[in-house]
Amino acid sequence: MNVLLDHFPEFRDGFIGTVEITAISSVIALVLGIVVAGFRVSPVPPLRFFGTAWVTLLRNTPLTLLFLIFFFVVPEILFPGMSPFLLGSLALGFYTSSFVCEAVRSGIGTVPLGQAEAARSLGLTFSQTLRLIVLPQATRTVLPPLSSIFIALTKNSAIAGAFSVTELFGWQTLMSEQGYAIAPIFLWVAVAYLVVTFAISGLFRVLERNMEVAR
Amino acid sequence: MRLSAKGHLAPEMWDIFNYSGIRQNIADALVATLKAFGLAAIGSLVLGVLLAVARLSDHKPVRWAATAFVEVFRSLPLLITIYAVWVGFLADYSMWALAIGLSIYNGCVQAEVLRAGVNAVPRGQREAAYALGMSKTQVMTTVLLPQAVRAMLPTIISQLVVTLKDTSLGFVILYPELLQTARLIASNTLVNGQYPYVSTIVVTGTIYIALCLALSGLATWIEKRGRRAKTGIAVAHAGAPGTEAEPAVDAPGAGGAPAGGPSDSGGIAKI
Repeated sequence: MNVLLDHFPEFRDGFIGTVEITAISSVIALVLGIVVAGFRVSPVPPLRFFGTAWVTLLRNTPLTLLFLIFFFVVPEILFPGMSPFLLGSLALGFYTSSFVCEAVRSGIGTVPLGQAEAARSLGLTFSQTLRLIVLPQATRTVLPPLSSIFIALTKNSAIAGAFSVTELFGWQTLMSEQGYAIAPIFLWVAVAYLVVTFAISGLFRVLERNMEVAR
Repeated sequence: MRLSAKGHLAPEMWDIFNYSGIRQNIADALVATLKAFGLAAIGSLVLGVLLAVARLSDHKPVRWAATAFVEVFRSLPLLITIYAVWVGFLADYSMWALAIGLSIYNGCVQAEVLRAGVNAVPRGQREAAYALGMSKTQVMTTVLLPQAVRAMLPTIISQLVVTLKDTSLGFVILYPELLQTARLIASNTLVNGQYPYVSTIVVTGTIYIALCLALSGLATWIEKRGRRAKTGIAVAHAGAPGTEAEPAVDAPGAGGAPAGGPSDSGGIAKI
């Protein structure tokens, strides 16, 4: 208990950091994932190839390696002097986007083919079909896997702490370096993560209830 | 290319991989990674079977204890578990700390996979086994578990790919695995006034991707083989409740998580 009371400001900062990095990288992952899923089902072969390569490469690279790339290679090529927080969110977002993409793609697979055919025969373009007809219907089936992907993202955000982003893992190492017993630290960090993950699964349960699609 | 402007594509940067010392470092690191992976794979499978059996037990306390264990460690970041094991118990044995941390987390996931597999075996099988006079243990070990393992083999191997990727978390506890070594090489070698981060990352990244693709290739192959074999029992579908209509053929070489995860296990994620 003392660990928490004596260092509550640091703990609070860590908790807020975890929530922030989770939120920002979720948005990045969602946007990128949907776009790449669009690529993977598109009629243009180079785009399809790009999508497949994206997913295969990102899914088979350890997240830690991706963090290394974003912290040591990306600033060399693109914008030097980006904050660790932004770099960490990008690494997490890119990694998770490949999983989002696969979830969305399998969701698209559950929409009956006739829907897309009907849309095309009405004269809608590919992007209109995807945007107006297919994706809204796929949303419902995609929600449960997305919920577990975002919970995994929350857990993966701990790695950012090892790369000098302020979040809960940073608090854990800081406290244990100050000589506190590991068990209570572990307990408090665990509680904090459970709060975040339960919030996410609760949010998705509400979304699922509200977004039912009649088939 | 800005990479070449910064001198990252200069031949000297890549020449470092011709030195026998660095090659030896990378080979040692690869062995260290594979050692931790092997231990973690065995540990997680053993723990997975134990936890799955405990969760299906008829005794309430056993069931509750196993459920609590699985739920807690599955929803905690692996990094935090590994670090706690290292600081708390095994400060001098980073390999074991890494292997045990990985085993705990992945054991919980494997337990859920196996449980979904056991639940997917048709009820009649269990009833028939009891009717033949088998004991509870016999039913579990000779009838249910073999079918569960067979049906879930692709998912189990996909989870092993995740375990392999997660060995790279050993860098927090200074275990000299592949990624940690790559960092050391990159930050200790000064070539043309630059640290060769780009070249070491490309080399180690290729090794990781090759290892993971080989393992996921194995999973895909087993899945195809399993679909061809006529066992008379429908292979358990591990999709989430809403995804039954999901096309059976997954992406070729798709290593990580098939969308969803075993049914009735909200929040499971094999990432």
